[in-house]
Amino acid sequence: MSVAETRAGPSERQRPRPSLAELRELSAEARRLIIRAVHTAGAGHIGGPLSATDLLVSLYFDTLNIDPQRPDWPERDRFILSKGHSSIGLYAVLALRGYFPIEELDTFDQIDSRLQGHPDMTRLPGLDMSTGSLGQGLSPGVGMALGARLRGLPFRTWVMVGDGEIQEGQIWEAAYTAARYELDNVTAILDYNRLPQFGWPDPGGFTRERPIDDPAAKFAAFGWHVVDCDGHDHQSIRDAFAGAVAHRGQPTCVIARTVKGYGISFMEGDFNWHAKVPTGDQLTEALAEIDRRLTGQDGGEG
Amino acid sequence: MAATVTALPLAGAEHVAMREAWGQALVDLAGRYPDLLVLDGDLANSTRADIFAEAVPDRFFEMGIAEQNLLGVAAGLATVGYVPWISTFTAFLAKRALDQIRVVIAQPHLNVKLCGSYSGILTGKTGKTHQSVEDVAVFRAMPGVVTIAPADAVELRSAMAAMMETPGPIYLRLTRDPSPTIFPSDYTFRIGEGVLLRDGGDIGLVGTGTQTVRVLEAADLLAAEGIAASVLHLPTLKPLDTAALVALADRTGALVTAEDHSIIGGLGGAVAETLSEEHPTPIRRIGWRDTYGESGPNDALLEKYGLTARHVADAARDLLRTVR
Repeated sequence: MSVAETRAGPSERQRPRPSLAELRELSAEARRLIIRAVHTAGAGHIGGPLSATDLLVSLYFDTLNIDPQRPDWPERDRFILSKGHSSIGLYAVLALRGYFPIEELDTFDQIDSRLQGHPDMTRLPGLDMSTGSLGQGLSPGVGMALGARLRGLPFRTWVMVGDGEIQEGQIWEAAYTAARYELDNVTAILDYNRLPQFGWPDPGGFTRERPIDDPAAKFAAFGWHVVDCDGHDHQSIRDAFAGAVAHRGQPTCVIARTVKGYGISFMEGDFNWHAKVPTGDQLTEALAEIDRRLTGQDGGEG
Repeated sequence: MAATVTALPLAGAEHVAMREAWGQALVDLAGRYPDLLVLDGDLANSTRADIFAEAVPDRFFEMGIAEQNLLGVAAGLATVGYVPWISTFTAFLAKRALDQIRVVIAQPHLNVKLCGSYSGILTGKTGKTHQSVEDVAVFRAMPGVVTIAPADAVELRSAMAAMMETPGPIYLRLTRDPSPTIFPSDYTFRIGEGVLLRDGGDIGLVGTGTQTVRVLEAADLLAAEGIAASVLHLPTLKPLDTAALVALADRTGALVTAEDHSIIGGLGGAVAETLSEEHPTPIRRIGWRDTYGESGPNDALLEKYGLTARHVADAARDLLRTVR
C-alpha cells in the first residue's frame, strides 16, 4: 500500500490508498449491505444501487478528498447522487467509510431515520445535496464548481446521473452551462446501465430499449470531455476518474458501462428489479452468489 | 402588532419603478455583503439586474434561458456560502422552476433569494404567459419560504436589507412599472410585521404589494363619503401578521382584502383562513377571480379585472350594507 497520492482530510493524512483487491472486497461488502437493507426495510430500489456500487466505492475509498470525521470540511470534494433513488447504495458506502455506524442501515426508510428513501442533506451529515426528483443534481454540482472557482478552493464536485435520468431536459441545461463556464472541476458520472424503471418495451423477454442513445456523443456535443470505463472494474474506474481530474478547460463526463442489478444473476438486466424487495430465500441466494462470485483470493471477476 | 406609519400623500407622490430600485439596491448591498451574487435568466435588461451587471460584473452570472438550471446552480452556490439573488420573471420562477425550488432550495432551506419581477397583471402588455397571479399561493404553500410583496421602492430597499440578514429562501414579489412612493424614507421593514397606514373604525381595508396604493386611494374615496377606513398593509404574506389582522378585525368588524393576485391562496385566502380560525369576520376579497389574463394597457386591465380603487371602495360599501 502507498500513502494516498491525493489530498486527504485533516483527520486522514496518513490513510493509505486501497489496493484493487481491497476495493473489490469493499464492493462485495457494500452489495451485501444494500441487499440486506432493502430486505429489512421491505422497500427501496435495488437494481440501480447495485449498478452504481463499484463507482461509489471507488469515489469514497479511492478518489474523493474527504474527511468522515469532518463532513462539513470546506475543502472536501463534493458528491451529489443525482439518481437519488439509489440512496441505499450511497448509504452503504458512507457507512463503510465511517460516516455513521453500519447498524444504522437497519433504519433505512423507517420513520425518523436519517437514511431517507431519497437523500436528505438536512438529516444526514455527509450528504452534499438533497436529491430524488430526477434531473436536478447536475445543476447544483455546477453551482458548487462555480463556487469553488470563485472562492479559490481546490475541491472537485462529482455528480452521478442515471441514463434514464438524462432524459430530463435540465441535465442538458446544466451540461451547456458547465461547458460555457469551462468548469473543469466538475465531473458527471453516468451510470450507464441501460434500464430505466419501465422504459420503452423491446420485443421479447425482460429487456427494454436503452433510454438514451450514444450519451458520449451527446455530452461531447455539449462541450464536455468524455471518458469511457467499465463501471464494474476498479482499475478501469480509477483510470477514468484520474482522466477526469487531469483534464483542463472542460468538464468531464465518465460514461461508466454498468449492469443493473450487477452481482446477483437473477437480478441482472431485469427491469423488474428496479425497485423490488428480495424474499428471505432470494436474500440467501444473493449473499451466497456474492461470496462465490465477487470475493475470494482472485479478487472476484470485477 | 402592526407598526403604525403615516403614508405620504398620494397627490404629487414620486413615482419610482420597483425594478430599477431593485437593481440599484443590489449594487448597494453588494458593497456590504461580499457573498452576494446575482444569477440571471437572460432577462437582466427587463428585471434591471443589468444595473448590477454593469456595476459589479464579477459577481453577475448569466445562466441563459434555462430557469430549472438557474435555480439549481443557485442552490449549489448557496452550499458554498454565497447568497444568490435570482433575476427572472415571476411567471417562470414560480412555475417553470417550481420543482427545483422545492427540492434543492426550500426543503434543504438554502439561502437563495427568489426575486420574481413582473408579478401580477401589469407586465407591459405581455399578457397571459408573463402575468403571474398564482405565485403567492404557490410559495405560501411551500414550507419554509418567506413571502414578501413590498408596496414601493422605499419598502423594497428596506426589505432587501432584511432579506440579506435572514438566512433561508425568501420570495420577493416585484412589479414592473413606476408606482407612487407611499413610505417615508426612514421607514424600516420587518419580516412578518404589518403596517397600519391609516386608522378608521368603520371598516378595515387590507392590501399587499403595490395594490396597497390603490387601497389607500379607496380609503380616500370612502372618506369623502364619511366612511372611516383603516388601511393595513401586509408586505409579508408568510409569515402573516396574525395579531395585526385580529386587532383590525376586532376594531372594525368587517374587512376588504385587495391584491394583484388570485383571491385563491393569495392575501384574500390567507386572511380568510387566518381570521376564520382566530376571529371570524365578514370579508370581501378583491383580486383575480379564477381566470387568466390578457395583454393590454394597465388602466384597462385594472378596470376589466376589477382591481381599481373604485372596485375596492365598492366592495367596502357593499360589505357595510350587509353587516350593518
